Amino acid sequence: MTSIPHLLVHEHNDNVGVVVIEGLKSGTKMLCCVTSDNSTFELEAKSDVPIGHKIALDDLKEGDTATKYGEDIGKFISNVEKGGHVHVHNLKTKRW
Amino acid sequence: MSTKYSNRTFMGYRRDNGRAGVRNHVLILPVDDISNAAVEAVGNNIKGTLAVPHAYGRLQFGEDLDLHFRTMIGTGSNPNVAACIVIGIEPGWTKIITDGIAKTGKPVQGFSIEQNGDLKTIMDASRKAKEFVHYASELQKEEISISELWVSTKCGESDTTTGLGSCPTVGNMFDKLLPEGIYGCFGETSEITGAEHICKKRAVNEEVGEKWYKMWQAYQNEVIEQFKTDDLSDSQPTKGNIEGGLSTIEEKALGNLEKIGRTSKYIDILEPAEIPDSGKGLYFMDSSSAAAECVTLMAAGGYVVHTFPTGQGNVVGNPIVPVIKITANPRTVRTMSEHVDVDVSGILKREMTIDEAGDNLIDMIVRTASGRNTAAEALGHREFSMTKLYRSA
Repeated sequence: MTSIPHLLVHEHNDNVGVVVIEGLKSGTKMLCCVTSDNSTFELEAKSDVPIGHKIALDDLKEGDTATKYGEDIGKFISNVEKGGHVHVHNLKTKRW
Repeated sequence: MSTKYSNRTFMGYRRDNGRAGVRNHVLILPVDDISNAAVEAVGNNIKGTLAVPHAYGRLQFGEDLDLHFRTMIGTGSNPNVAACIVIGIEPGWTKIITDGIAKTGKPVQGFSIEQNGDLKTIMDASRKAKEFVHYASELQKEEISISELWVSTKCGESDTTTGLGSCPTVGNMFDKLLPEGIYGCFGETSEITGAEHICKKRAVNEEVGEKWYKMWQAYQNEVIEQFKTDDLSDSQPTKGNIEGGLSTIEEKALGNLEKIGRTSKYIDILEPAEIPDSGKGLYFMDSSSAAAECVTLMAAGGYVVHTFPTGQGNVVGNPIVPVIKITANPRTVRTMSEHVDVDVSGILKREMTIDEAGDNLIDMIVRTASGRNTAAEALGHREFSMTKLYRSA
């Protein structure tokens, strides 16, 4: 790739991606890369998100399933806008 | 079929039972907690020995006692150990462990404290330990095929970068080296929770998959369901995992399972600290997800090199097995570089492929097996943590 991506996404059907640079600021037009085929797209970050934390790739609603690695990783417990920060405040396991 | 890995060799120690070791320790092993003082005194008296004090070994019974003996005997029997002194409070259990280790053919001698006292025990054991140091220090390394390595893995202080970079690096290594004939091992029973449906399918056949699933379900029923007081949110994922961006146990488990790569299949299930006996290949060991406990169990199972992917920077080491740290997290590389053996942060920048990272890890495994000290060894990390199944009598 010609430049370093801000966000990595495992699979095309994932609805969250991972911030892979330090100090990501709200408003950044992120270069996003899908690791399964190295395809890229652009997405605007809607908040400051620390490295390693997730960002929503779509507008997601309370009760929706979060998908990463192409698999179910839990359910949203509140709405998240496209480009918003996804973590324990709005995502929870369905298990316990 | 010959590959570019088939001709790789390392300089290691050939043991009497045929196994290949990558370290040459003279181990001073306590049977029980109250023998730690004597063990540490011998370790201090005789340079070139390694004392491994631990917290248990009294009034254990049943399956828990079996695990204790298996861990002690397995640790002393590990090919990275050239010779072993065993010290216990009384001769009975001391003999069980000494006899178990003696089956490998390596020099081992037991000492017991009752009717001798600490001081006489320390003197007698020190004299024998000195003999063992002379013996071990004259052993010569020889060239051994990479196919004779036993390589274990467990990740720790995981974050979202482990699932993207360091765990797939280990998986790529297993995909390349298991076909060469190495023994592999992964585990962390609780941490597969959330990806159990996938792990079950990675068995070599349906029967082994069912055996794995039964073991995993037993852990859920006997431990999680009996003892949980909340939703495990602070333990799985841990506070460190959450800091690193992991939100749920499912997300953590899917990243964890990247360690077995794309094509590798496990051929059997091991009890904690059990030495595999179904031939070369990948095994799942029923084990704790706590780093030091898990590495200790796999070392007792006979594994001689451990590969440890980390995200946020777990610093664990082991007394007898070199623990190779791999990270893809650029912040961890920046802030904790002294703990990192293999930097694969280039994967996140898309400057390094998983295939290249796997080759880098294989290079580091060969160098480590030939004698390079790992970061954890250089920093003095010798965590020896026994797994205990339930309260003692």
